[in-house]
Amino acid sequence: MAAKKKQVTLHVPSAPFRPGDKASFAPFENEPGDLPRPDPVKCTAAETTDHAYGLVRVLDSNGKASGPWNPELAPDELREGLEHMVRMRIFDDRMMKMQRTGKLSFYMRSLGEEAVAVAQTMALETQDWIFPSYRQPGAQFVRGRDMVSMINHCIGNEEDNVKGRQMPVHYTYRDGRYISVSSPVGTQFSQAVGVAMASQYKALDECCITWIGDGSSAEGDYHYALNFASVFKPPVILNIVNNQWAISTHANLASGNPTFAARGLAYNVPSMRVDGNDFLALYSVTKWARERAASGEGATHIEVLTYRAGAHSSSDDPSRYRPEDEHQAWPGGDPVDRLVQHLVSIGEWSDEQQKELEERIDGEIMAAYKEAVTYGDLANGPYPSADTIFTEVYEEVPWHLQEQWDEMKKWSSD
Amino acid sequence: MIDLSEMNIVQAVNSALDIMLENDPDVIFFGEDAGYFGGVFRTSDGLQEKHGAHRVFDTPLSEGGIAAITFGMGINGLRPVAEIQFADYIFPAYDQIVNEIAKVRHRSGGEFWCPVTIRTPAGGGIRGGHHHSQSPESQFTHTAGIKVVYTSTPYNSKGLLISAIESNDPVVVFEPKRCYRGPFYGDPHNVPTWKDHPEAEVPEAHYTVPLGEARLAMEGTDCTVISWGAMVHVSEQAIKDSGVSCDLIDLQTLVPWDKEVIVKSIEKTGRCVIVHEAPKTSGFGAEMAASVQERCFYHLEAPIERVTGWDTPFPHTTEWDYMPSPARIADAIKRIIEE
Repeated sequence: MAAKKKQVTLHVPSAPFRPGDKASFAPFENEPGDLPRPDPVKCTAAETTDHAYGLVRVLDSNGKASGPWNPELAPDELREGLEHMVRMRIFDDRMMKMQRTGKLSFYMRSLGEEAVAVAQTMALETQDWIFPSYRQPGAQFVRGRDMVSMINHCIGNEEDNVKGRQMPVHYTYRDGRYISVSSPVGTQFSQAVGVAMASQYKALDECCITWIGDGSSAEGDYHYALNFASVFKPPVILNIVNNQWAISTHANLASGNPTFAARGLAYNVPSMRVDGNDFLALYSVTKWARERAASGEGATHIEVLTYRAGAHSSSDDPSRYRPEDEHQAWPGGDPVDRLVQHLVSIGEWSDEQQKELEERIDGEIMAAYKEAVTYGDLANGPYPSADTIFTEVYEEVPWHLQEQWDEMKKWSSD
Repeated sequence: MIDLSEMNIVQAVNSALDIMLENDPDVIFFGEDAGYFGGVFRTSDGLQEKHGAHRVFDTPLSEGGIAAITFGMGINGLRPVAEIQFADYIFPAYDQIVNEIAKVRHRSGGEFWCPVTIRTPAGGGIRGGHHHSQSPESQFTHTAGIKVVYTSTPYNSKGLLISAIESNDPVVVFEPKRCYRGPFYGDPHNVPTWKDHPEAEVPEAHYTVPLGEARLAMEGTDCTVISWGAMVHVSEQAIKDSGVSCDLIDLQTLVPWDKEVIVKSIEKTGRCVIVHEAPKTSGFGAEMAASVQERCFYHLEAPIERVTGWDTPFPHTTEWDYMPSPARIADAIKRIIEE
């Protein structure tokens, strides 16, 4: 009699928790102070093994900052970071309401991830390049972008600087060295290496920071980026924002390795995993990476461990694929609450001040929105001229586009 | 007095790169085996030694990565030139070229742009089988935001490459690898060099062949043959064999193509044959045929003919039955003359 074969079938990982499950995560294994801060200039990839498998933290569960990664920021800097994060959150709330009432076609919030772009951009120099994905719009606040201009883009009205060509949240802001967001997620990661190679070639003191998601880190572009960064050592900071979810796909389908940071070690790139809801840890690790970049030592790979507290986008309904309260079980808590807690604990902030800040910012956002719609709203326009279909495709309009443009003009409602 | 040298296409490409590296510190050149070794076809021979390894360098074997860094360098002020070793291997770079390099000027409202050149040897006739022989130009002509060039001679290979590098738009340049060291007249046993060919007289200094202009390679009265790449030379042979007086138009730039030269020629001859070695269906010949009938219908005295590669994978040992031959082209010319 033939031996019975063990029954096997395809292994397809599921998410740890699905709707109806009670979500519970183990607390973070590392406490602030567990991991050393190596010399950023002399550090080898191997010396970051513990950092890649562990978690760099500065704030403990009581809001106390400690350990070698504490960036010792002045209270004013902390309050500035808090203001940008609060601005991002209220801006998102307002824009989401606009979307729900038909005033924007689409929207994507940064909810729960506000610290990422804000802390990391604050840790850079103003000449550094920002190559974002769609969940880092907060970098623009740090770089001083006017909210009216951001809302004009989201509406796609006559004053939209990208002329109604891209979906909302796909910002371009050259003055802030914030490079155009692209929907094919992941492409920016390898492009950022090229941006940094150009800075390196020109021997300029600038670096380029970029972010990819846990989901899009399964794209080839992620690996091209790490490989080129490993070979050419350009001044680039390569972040994977592991927010657990790519629309409905859990991070465990993007990689069989539960730590994304560790992948960087195989490319011989120093790699760190950082608590992405800990403003101070994020700031500090990014500053460390910037120092490495400036010294000519090349890239740093950072896994930003966080949780996407909102839906992927206004078109998504996460209650269909994960427990509705899963984000409340996240051991990293909420990035805004944690920075508030820290500031309050050192006597530099109060609940009252927080309330005043939120009210002031809400007022500014409402005023910005009201101004933006004077340049056109989604329902009624005015929209950018239909001529913008044909402009800036090439530096100059070639004859075949001109012919089609002339044809369009006969039919255009402009 | 212009100093002329007899060059083959490899030397002409090398000369264009050398001049642009010399003239513009923002120009850099890279690709697989393109640095120290000087390229598998030798097009960058000696350039690393002359200009330095920071300006002419090897890359990992990663076309997607090459295209991505080209994008990043382009938007950060450089004028990079990348080599894709064979056009057949350009597809890992396709997303970066089509969705990114081609679109960034438009999508960013003109705040960022990519003045990059991607050059790649294309086409058959070297016993390269499926994956060293394809001619994928129409997969790029369908993309808004890039210009597409297909060279055929030493003179236009140099002049078009310089134009491409100087262009603030991204340009994909296909070079006919079968013709690198000599023109190809459709007889695999006849392997001439570029010696004594008028298009091999190449100025040593900087010059351009403007993007968007076709070349009238032969002048006649009764039929217009439109072609590009290696097929220009095969068509020349076919025209001679047919005994028909033909205009032979070497398109040179496919996007944007030269409307004036083509329309003028068809209005004169009333007949049109289009020749390319890429497959027939959705090949750029289909665009040419449609455009010619849109613009010249009442001048046409016969249906437009296309002579192309077959809609099959490119073969290895039977490639001469795949590529348009002088006999097939001559037959098409004679057939429409008799209409």
